[in-house]
Amino acid sequence: MNNTVAATARDNDGRPVWRFLLDELKPKGKWLTPFNIISIPVILLGFALIVIRFWKGIGAITNLTQEIPWGLWIGFDVVTGVAFAGGAYVLTFMVYILKMDKYHSIVRITVLNGFLAYVFYAGALLLDLGRPWNVINPIIGNSFGTSSVLFLVAWHFMLYMIAELIEFSPAIAEWLGARRARKILSAMTMGAVIFGITLSTLHQSGLGALYLMAKDKIHPLWYSEFIPILFLVSSVFAGLSMVIFEGSISHRVFFRQISEENHKAEKGILKGLSKICAGAMFAYFFLQVLVFIHDKNWNLLNTPMGYWFLVEMIGFVLLPMILFIYSYRNSNILMVRIAAILTMLGIIINRLNVTVIGFRWDASVHYVPSWMEIVVTLAVIFTEIWIFRWVINRMPVLRESPSWVREEK
Amino acid sequence: MSIDRRNFLKTLGVAGLTLAVGKGFGTENKQGEETEFQAMLYDSTMCVGCRGCEKACAKAHGLPEPLDELEVGVLRKTSEQRRNVINKFDTSAGEVYARNACMHCNEPACAAACLTQAMYKTKEGPVIWREDKCMGCRYCMVSCPFDVPKFEYHSANPRILKCDMCYDRIVKGEIPACAAACGDALIFGTRRELLAEARKRIVENPKDYIDHIYGEKEAGGTGVLFLSPAPYNEIGFKTGLQNTSYPELSKGFLYSVPSVFVLLPVLLLGIHEATKINRPKEEENE
Repeated sequence: MNNTVAATARDNDGRPVWRFLLDELKPKGKWLTPFNIISIPVILLGFALIVIRFWKGIGAITNLTQEIPWGLWIGFDVVTGVAFAGGAYVLTFMVYILKMDKYHSIVRITVLNGFLAYVFYAGALLLDLGRPWNVINPIIGNSFGTSSVLFLVAWHFMLYMIAELIEFSPAIAEWLGARRARKILSAMTMGAVIFGITLSTLHQSGLGALYLMAKDKIHPLWYSEFIPILFLVSSVFAGLSMVIFEGSISHRVFFRQISEENHKAEKGILKGLSKICAGAMFAYFFLQVLVFIHDKNWNLLNTPMGYWFLVEMIGFVLLPMILFIYSYRNSNILMVRIAAILTMLGIIINRLNVTVIGFRWDASVHYVPSWMEIVVTLAVIFTEIWIFRWVINRMPVLRESPSWVREEK
Repeated sequence: MSIDRRNFLKTLGVAGLTLAVGKGFGTENKQGEETEFQAMLYDSTMCVGCRGCEKACAKAHGLPEPLDELEVGVLRKTSEQRRNVINKFDTSAGEVYARNACMHCNEPACAAACLTQAMYKTKEGPVIWREDKCMGCRYCMVSCPFDVPKFEYHSANPRILKCDMCYDRIVKGEIPACAAACGDALIFGTRRELLAEARKRIVENPKDYIDHIYGEKEAGGTGVLFLSPAPYNEIGFKTGLQNTSYPELSKGFLYSVPSVFVLLPVLLLGIHEATKINRPKEEENE
């Protein structure tokens, strides 16, 4: 396949593929933008901290304790980040399985977003591993811990990254001008989509199932045997809210790349997504109410943690749900965006409540992430955005595919 | 790897013995399969707080000797440097000493959590940690209801540390260092024998003990059993634990995985085919 890529790349541009790739690596446009000025120092500092972490141990830059062994890097980077990446499986389900063509124009950017989220946030998991050189153990099969939920999650992360890469690969082939490769890769899309949706269903819920054995450690308002289902259902609107949020920014930042037609379609897409979000949130809220009544934790409501629980449920689930319904019925795009941001905050709060805030809420020494953990997290996010921007500026993600793609159809 | 060698040597030994004695190999082998879990019984009423167990443990594992004093109200915890601690408590039954170390659960949450089988329940009973397999994810620490596994946060090559019931000594037929150092308070034997012994003590001296063997049912049964003159919440024990094993909690989820993995793709394919019919000109791959 490499040969094909090289040959066609030369055909299209009349120069060797390595020259093409080298040119593509250079920045496009001015680079002293406000985002760059903020992100570059953070990324550099983050990488310096990562060096210290591998040199002196995890304790050198984190506030983790023997009682609270998982902190911000797992609770936010992995658990929350993967929920936000859920947009890819929901959208591929809608477009490829249900054939909702309306959303076709945003599939590529969503899959790219999801793929990079997995690479970076699951990649951040490596920072948190004390002995990362043994990470191959559960993969190569010399010691399969098949009774472990983490075993399942780890495998699914890996396989899902491959599935998403296949889903996105036609864009890479178009960028390189590899016609034959594009044809082969496109033919694999459907399989990757079906496989990807199945994997996502299992590991979105699996992330919740990780915490099932920590029954006595998580605050009873957030622990229930239904965590896996709650995590799965909430990943639907978490992912779609991310799609709305990211789409709103992309439409401004990459304005010129988007065709007139797709600009016009944006409103309809946002309305449709807000409808789906509202539906999923209603199901989620209903489930939460059922779980709450089932667990009979009424007495806990009148405690500080109980108030916090109500803030999460009413302020960050019920309220954005109503806003989504309102914005859908009144075609209010601004309200869609506000609702999406509230929903995303709600997801962050919910995932952190399960993994960090409510985890050993009764411990004598509470865990608060160190500034260094936060900087590393920001560095990971900024690096991801850099790559995201780099890809969008070069590959046909938002803009139309090259003309030869349409000719071949 | 060392376990394999030990097992190999053991098998070799058994085979040698069989040959020498001349009895059928089958019976020997069968006996091997019926290995019972080895366990420990700690009787608070007999412990005088000499901390011989702590010192023996430190010596056996090359850890620094514990020098801090016991004090009521100060809860000393196990750590990377200390796998076995004795604490002093002021209780309704007077001053009581209590031991804290790995419980060696029958169905350990840490081992079920481990995705590389680094945390491992041996057939002899002790739960051990294997350095060459562990990737340092600390999921065992998240899962253990007793907060036993400890992690070396300040090492570039960190280990998970906890009591391993001196597994290396047990396979050699010796008893754990702590039990060897202790007079009567900490005894070693098969779990069945020790449970019977604990029951006997409660029946014979009902005034000296509360009627509860900690570890008989907690977390589905543990390999370390406790007797106490005072309620367990007064001597620093976790008393709200469930009586079924912790791996049981994620079983439902894990069992659903194969069905989802088979049925969901079929369902998706079905929907895909169904929605395809409406459009003769197919444009699915884009």
